[in-house]
Amino acid sequence: MKATVLVRPKPGILDPQGEAVGSALGHLGFEVSDTRVGKVIDLEVEATDATAAAKAEVEQMCERLLANPLIESYEVEIVG
Amino acid sequence: MASPQPRIGVVTYPGSQDDRDALWALAALDAEAVPVWHEERELPDVDAVVLPGGFSYGDYLRCGAIARFSPATAAVREFAEAGGFVLGICNGFQVLCEAGLLPGALLRNASLRFVCRDVPLTVERDDLPFTTRCTAGGRLVLPVKHGDGRYLPPPDLDPAQVVLRYVDNPNGSVDGIAGVCNEAGNVMGLMPHPEHAVDPLLGSDDGALLLASLVDAARERVLAAI
Repeated sequence: MKATVLVRPKPGILDPQGEAVGSALGHLGFEVSDTRVGKVIDLEVEATDATAAAKAEVEQMCERLLANPLIESYEVEIVG
Repeated sequence: MASPQPRIGVVTYPGSQDDRDALWALAALDAEAVPVWHEERELPDVDAVVLPGGFSYGDYLRCGAIARFSPATAAVREFAEAGGFVLGICNGFQVLCEAGLLPGALLRNASLRFVCRDVPLTVERDDLPFTTRCTAGGRLVLPVKHGDGRYLPPPDLDPAQVVLRYVDNPNGSVDGIAGVCNEAGNVMGLMPHPEHAVDPLLGSDDGALLLASLVDAARERVLAAI
C-alpha cells in the first residue's frame, strides 16, 4: 500500500518560510496570501493490503515520528 | 577528604559537533568528562549527562526528531526519570524537547537566517543544579549559533520553568525564552553554548558559571552516595 503523508505547520504557528515564499510570489506578480510551507512524505506500507489498516499504521507513524503534534498537523492519504 | 571528582557523560550522536568542546570544558572545570557513544544502551557510571550541540542525524525531518530514538537517548531518559541531571545544549535542547523530557519545540528562526554571535541573557532561576553559581536577575553573555532556535512553549508552560531569556531576541522565541527546565528541575535545555564560553580568551567565560554549577551539583550527588 502506498501512502502519502502531508505535514503542515498548525494554524497560528508562525511560518517564516511560508511568509518568505509568499513574499517571493508577490514579487513575481502573483497575488497570494496565507502561504504556508509543509512537507510531503511518500512511503509504502508493506505489512497489509487493507486500506484501513494501512491508514491506521501510517497515523501511528505520524504520532510517533513524522509530525510533532505541538506544532504540526498531518493528513494521511492511502493511494493504493 | 579530598573532594571527589564527579563523572559527567557527553553523548555523541552521528552529526554531533560540540561534544569535544563540552568534554574539554567539563574537564577544565574539574569534572571527569566521559564520552558516551549513541549506540550505548546503558550509560556508564555518571553523575550527570550533557547532550551537546550539532546536527544529529543531519537534523532530518525535524531537529532532534531522530536522535530521540537512539539507544543512548533511551538511557538518558531513564537517568532523567530517576532524577539524574541532564543538560541539553542547542541540538541537545532540541533532542530533549522532541523526546518529551522538556516542554515545547524549537522551530526555524523567525528571520530564516542562521544566527552566530554572542548574546546577553537574563538569568531567571539561580536555584537549579545548572545555575547555582549564577544570580537571578543577573546577566550572562554566551554565543548562539543556530538556524532553528525559535522556542515555542506549550500553552500551559509554568513561567517558573523559564531559566534564561534573551535580552535582544535573536530568533523570535516566544517571550525571549532561551532556556527552560522540566517541572522537577533536573533537566534543562538552552540554545546558547556555555561550553564555548569557559575562558576569557574565547570572549566570555560566563558559560563556566552554568557548567561549574552542574559540576558542583554532580559532586554533591557523589558525596551523598558515599
